[in-house]
Amino acid sequence: MAFVNLQNVTYKYPLTEKPVLQNLSLQIQEGEFVSVIGPNGAGKSTLCYALAGFVPHFFKGEINGEIEVDGKKSSQSTLDEWVLNVGLAFQNPFNQISGAKYTVFEEIAFGLENIGVPRDEMKKRVEDAMSLTGISDLADRSPYSLSGGQQQRVALTSILVMRPRLLVLDEPTSQMDPIGTREVFGVVRKMAEEGMTVVMVEHKVEWIANFADRVIALKEGQILLEGTPSEVLTSDILVENGFGVSRYTSVAREAKKQGLWKKEKLPVTLIEAMEGFKRDA
Amino acid sequence: MNINIKDLRFTYSTGLEALKGISLTINPGEQVAIVGQNGAGKTTLVRHFNGLLKPTSGTVSIGEWETTKYPTAKLASRVGYVFQNPDEQLFSRDVLTEVSFGPKNLGYEKSKADELVKRAMALTELHDKTETNPYDLSPTWRKMVALASIIAMDTPIIIFDEPTTGQDAVNVGRIANVIAELKREGKTVITITHDIDFCAENFERIIALAKGQVVLDGSARDVLGQEEILAQTYVDPPQLTRLGKQLGLRETVTNQEEFLKAIS
Repeated sequence: MAFVNLQNVTYKYPLTEKPVLQNLSLQIQEGEFVSVIGPNGAGKSTLCYALAGFVPHFFKGEINGEIEVDGKKSSQSTLDEWVLNVGLAFQNPFNQISGAKYTVFEEIAFGLENIGVPRDEMKKRVEDAMSLTGISDLADRSPYSLSGGQQQRVALTSILVMRPRLLVLDEPTSQMDPIGTREVFGVVRKMAEEGMTVVMVEHKVEWIANFADRVIALKEGQILLEGTPSEVLTSDILVENGFGVSRYTSVAREAKKQGLWKKEKLPVTLIEAMEGFKRDA
Repeated sequence: MNINIKDLRFTYSTGLEALKGISLTINPGEQVAIVGQNGAGKTTLVRHFNGLLKPTSGTVSIGEWETTKYPTAKLASRVGYVFQNPDEQLFSRDVLTEVSFGPKNLGYEKSKADELVKRAMALTELHDKTETNPYDLSPTWRKMVALASIIAMDTPIIIFDEPTTGQDAVNVGRIANVIAELKREGKTVITITHDIDFCAENFERIIALAKGQVVLDGSARDVLGQEEILAQTYVDPPQLTRLGKQLGLRETVTNQEEFLKAIS
């Protein structure tokens, strides 16, 4: 049985006319790193909220179908039970930061305080998590005095420190510099290797191709395509549906028309592009 | 209208020295991208242009106005600033009121203000959303409202702080169109961005900051070819620039057209 199991999930927010998720079914194995791509409005954040229990427990609205994580049904759980297993880092870190804490260190300890982790263990876990995401030097700063990218790292760390079994990340690197982005993907990959199940919404396809196990392309609340990064990210269907693709893929697609790309398969990563273009260079 | 920055230093009240002696001139009508690591001082720098921050030492002048001598309300007629997070700047009940607020405050005549608002709404493709509450829109569209509300002020200088953050390919295309149109109108556009591919495709000049200092400043091609110095700023060259380097192309290529020409 899959660790995450969505069966025919249809969901409508209280004030919207159309369902945002439409008969969506999805299985994810434990320890799998799945990346979700899609145009704005495809339902990516709503899918994150559904996995994290905010849909429907917090946002209300109408839901049909079933969401299961680790054999437990969302419909039969409360949000405070659910968050012990599932952690969500928000798309906008400004919305996640509690506003109740003066320092980054305290902010990251907030979740652990709430579930009553002993003080010594709490300190150690906060320190370990900060070192993992490279923000130890921000410990004494106010969460609000940080740059956007730094705040995103704090938001991510405050979820990682909870050690959720399912980690849900909604564009966790959107405000980060490229090195920060690479580091976050590296940390998330490591978590998946250690058995954490990861669902990450992202637009940065080059990094998805380098790190994720599987890609799900979402459009209008439904799965348009799913498969390995290479299968999904080179598909013509993505371009036809307004998805972003890597520059390697688009340049090779154009080069193919001009007879400058000889391989059948299009590249997603730098290495694939190098190999394909090499003999022509 | 020039932006002149002379030996600008800025220290936050916490003691953090964010800018450590920056000197720059940005000419009228230039399209400039500012890149660099998180915490490099990019936002701190541009917040000096409309006086949200005042130099600890050194000077920033917008045309002949030195920013310490004019309040932000006055500087707003010369420099428009679109925040990184639209939620920090939107406050009106509907999109039309939001977009009209700036031009109204700057004291344009009604007919002129109406025309500016109409043009900004058209450029950002918001015309069918005039009566919507900005907070009922998706973050993507809220970003477009933030853009429109600044464009409508018709300032000679416009600053975008990470305009493409969290935007899909279609919307990044829309933002690129907005920038191209502002360029045609002769506006100075300054953009902070981490999206280096976007930067390579839409900007003529790139300034790279690291630890509060300018480390590179020049044409996109010159700057993006400096892989080693760029690495210090935590910026990777664009995908096609990296590919060209790996393939041993002699010239630095920054976009698809240049790349295909170089390999054919």
